[in-house]
Amino acid sequence: MQAQEIYNKLEKQFPGKVGLFRGDFFDPCLNVDAGAIVDVCRYLRDDPETAFEVLSDLTAIDWTKKDDEKIQVVYHLFSYTKRHQIVLKADLPREAPRIATVEGVWKAANWFEREVFDLFGVDFIGHSDLRRIMLPEDWIGHPLRKDYVEQEEYDGISTQRAPLVDKLLR
Amino acid sequence: MGEAVYPESEVFHTEDMTISVGPQHPSTHGVLRFVVRTDGEVIGEAIPDVGYLHRSIEKIGEKCTYHGYVPYTDRADYLAAMFANQGFCMAAEKLGATEVTRRGEFCRVIACELNRIASHLISVGTFGQDIGAITPFLHALRERETINDLMEEICGARLTYNYIRIGGVGYDITQETCDKILVFLDHFDPIVDEYNRLLSYNKIYIERLANVAAITKEEAFQYNLVGPNLRASGVKWDIRRDIPYSVYPELEFEVPVGHGEKGTIGDCYDRYWVRMQELQESSKIVRQCLKMMPKGPAISKVPRKFKPPAGEVYVRVEAPRGDMGYYVVSDGTEYPYRVRIRTGSFTAMAIIDKLSRGIMVADLIALIASLDVDAPEIDR
Repeated sequence: MQAQEIYNKLEKQFPGKVGLFRGDFFDPCLNVDAGAIVDVCRYLRDDPETAFEVLSDLTAIDWTKKDDEKIQVVYHLFSYTKRHQIVLKADLPREAPRIATVEGVWKAANWFEREVFDLFGVDFIGHSDLRRIMLPEDWIGHPLRKDYVEQEEYDGISTQRAPLVDKLLR
Repeated sequence: MGEAVYPESEVFHTEDMTISVGPQHPSTHGVLRFVVRTDGEVIGEAIPDVGYLHRSIEKIGEKCTYHGYVPYTDRADYLAAMFANQGFCMAAEKLGATEVTRRGEFCRVIACELNRIASHLISVGTFGQDIGAITPFLHALRERETINDLMEEICGARLTYNYIRIGGVGYDITQETCDKILVFLDHFDPIVDEYNRLLSYNKIYIERLANVAAITKEEAFQYNLVGPNLRASGVKWDIRRDIPYSVYPELEFEVPVGHGEKGTIGDCYDRYWVRMQELQESSKIVRQCLKMMPKGPAISKVPRKFKPPAGEVYVRVEAPRGDMGYYVVSDGTEYPYRVRIRTGSFTAMAIIDKLSRGIMVADLIALIASLDVDAPEIDR
């Protein structure tokens, strides 16, 4: 199925909830209203024409452009049987981003969402095990955010060193 | 000294045991840790604890130029660095509409497939070692050593290659090296049979693996398993064949899938057996490439200031641990806005908790080995 057809199908099924279709991208993508993400995902998985049985990737992007600040959660859906793919995007506010988990649709989302929670600070509502995955539990901040500043020390150990090169070259 | 107090109940009291496996256990591939709750020998749950090798490779990508980031991708999966290079370079080339020379493509495929043999040798070798067979590991590493030597001759490095660059490859493969690769392959092909006699058809080995932790096709989809792990569950899917890239459409090779060779489809033995067959397929691919390799430049002219237009791309390559995805977002500057590396081990690791319920402790080790998880690739 072509990406345009998938989009038309979604627009009919979820009027007002999907938009901003970009068919000119290398991987055509569309925006989904954050509140409807679980319904859209479940529909795309269960409909025999789309049959997206796999969540290839789930990640996020931190956009800090002025007047367009947002955390964008990106879902790469893939179908082995139909051999097509689509990219869904959900825009969340940078302050306290929250979105429902799609763990119930694809189990793979469990760990993907934990990673996004850890590195971007997105809260996935209804997630069964929302803990940090890469960093220690007591780490401060979310490193993949553009405005992230590393804490000066962790557990009494400095995370920064003055470069020795400056002293040696003096 | 007080008097000993015995419980009133006659029933012998038992309780679950919580064991920490790792992070430096030899059978955990790299540094990863499991918190295992067991009832005697039977596992209640095995919760993976990852992140020990997290190096923020994705964040580093935002601070490097496109050219400058290529050596970092090596570190995403140091057992199969060539594929990590290729994935990122293909993403950058697609964004920047950069041509790759034809000879460059062949050099890439030769280097990649040699790397796949090396990576699979580690996989099947450590598989044997994990469940108690030391000899096959040494045999596997002996052959891998030759590949490392060949790689050193091709690009100067034995592990983290930085060989594939945007637009082609860093160094051309000389005729002399080509001859050496052919000598190696002639030597290697019969050795696969030797491994089979030593390991694959070994009764003890088969009984340790057959019918252990079988993964159905539906489970594999749910957890997004990729590569050999997916194929072992009976899904005939290979990015090289199904979403072709580079010169793979011109090459002939089989895609081995699991048939329940010694037990059920998708059990540990199937995952092992798929990799053994892929060794031979890779060897076939390299032979074809050596014959077909055209003359010409190995790299096209790429501006030093590589500035792809704004846009985004998701590129898949078939790495030894399956579909490796690079999601690169460009905002039109010299630096990528976001680099996301999706790796096969990450999703494979997530399925272990589910599969481990109700199996024996010894089978957990076989399960981890059969999924061929690789800590640097999980944590990035």
